Amino acid sequence: MSYRSSVEILTEWDIVAARQLGRNEAKEVGFGTVDQARITTAISELARNIYLYAGKGKIEIERISEGGKYGITIIASDEGPGIPDVRKVMEDGFSTSGGLGAGMPGVKRLMDTFKIDTVVGEGTVIKATKWIR
Amino acid sequence: MNKIIATLVQDNLDEILVNWKELMKEDSEERFFQIMSQSVIDNTSREFAELMVSNLLEGENKYENRLNIFTSKVVRFGWSISFVMKAINHFANIVYELLETEKIIVDENIKEYNTILTNWITPMRDGIVDTYAKTWERTVQLQKIALQELSASLIPVFDKISVMPLVGTIDTERAKLIMENLLEGVVKHRAEVVIIDITGVPVVDTMVAHHIIQAADAVRLVGAKCMLVGIRPEIAQTIVTLGINLKDFTTTSTLQRGVEQALAWTNRQIVEVEGN
Ligand SMILES: Nc1ncnc2c1ncn2[C@@H]1O[C@H](COP(=O)(O)OP(=O)(O)OP(=O)(O)O)[C@@H](O)[C@H]1O
Ligand SMILES: [Mg+2]
Repeated sequence: MSYRSSVEILTEWDIVAARQLGRNEAKEVGFGTVDQARITTAISELARNIYLYAGKGKIEIERISEGGKYGITIIASDEGPGIPDVRKVMEDGFSTSGGLGAGMPGVKRLMDTFKIDTVVGEGTVIKATKWIR
Repeated sequence: MNKIIATLVQDNLDEILVNWKELMKEDSEERFFQIMSQSVIDNTSREFAELMVSNLLEGENKYENRLNIFTSKVVRFGWSISFVMKAINHFANIVYELLETEKIIVDENIKEYNTILTNWITPMRDGIVDTYAKTWERTVQLQKIALQELSASLIPVFDKISVMPLVGTIDTERAKLIMENLLEGVVKHRAEVVIIDITGVPVVDTMVAHHIIQAADAVRLVGAKCMLVGIRPEIAQTIVTLGINLKDFTTTSTLQRGVEQALAWTNRQIVEVEGN
């Protein structure tokens, strides 16, 4: 069984709400301070991308367990424009908004697993998991 | 009929209040009953009851005025809106039961009484929701202002050295303000070294980092040096993992070390003098 909670992303302040939720969940699942910061930052990146590029969407936090291991999955979904070239956005420094372009590759490094499903014109779903070590 | 209800409530007020408080205690986890003194509970309950009655008797205007005063008082007590709604419902139910046991409500007039009771309760609920909504809006507004006031001023700590402590979440709006204050302050205080302290920033993501980098570049353009202090260990790790390059920055862990460094840059140091 898994436990899921979510925050709708509509305004910039929802980003704060999403990472607050993530931090609380991470703390309760038992992550240490450094991993809490990693998870919170990853959520911040994904939520801000939704806000910036899709306008609106959703961040869900799922508590997971497998073979005595515990962890958290972040699910960021939107029905925005989608990403035409996934390989490019996963490169450090690629940005269409004049940002650092560090968000997506950063999230991949901050988390243990990272999966992206995107269809141009339909939207993007990103799932990223972190396990307690 | 209104008058009959009002008189009945007034005549039986003590009993109604006892029952009402009993119901409220059973029904809610509200801390109100646990933390408030008995006299406060009694006074507030009585005030609540009087307000309920006043609506039956008095003209529209006076009631609205009292409702406003009452709700703002309740809001300040920290009652939740669901608690207030329950309070109204229970009160109305008790009065209804009383009307029944006193045989004031009988089969022939039950419809009429129901209408009166609805007309009595509904505007009260609407009024309360309205007042709460207004109070919340006001609170949010005030907090926004409070947050803006938190926003970053550049503080001259020594000749040529200024510190900008950043506290709280940095959104786009605040980031702009930080930049403005920073540049304005550097010129105004003739700062040669600016220390940005991020101890109070909970999350440093790419956007915050980007703003800080831009701010530092701008500070350099007006001829001052920029230093980043207060990077907590977990934040340092996340910044590195994100792949953000802070190599152009002088960073130190604490503000104190930063100030020492800044003094060194401006060819000064703090020395202990011998006491006498
Ligand atoms: N949910 C999304 N929908 C559509 N496009 C997206 C989405 N998320 C990211 N992108 C695209 O991917 C690019 C790279 O994203 P990434 O988060 O890595 O960098 P960035 O947002 O541009 O800058 P930052 O370093 O501040 O995050 C973005 O510029 C944008 O074009
Ligand atoms: Mg981004």
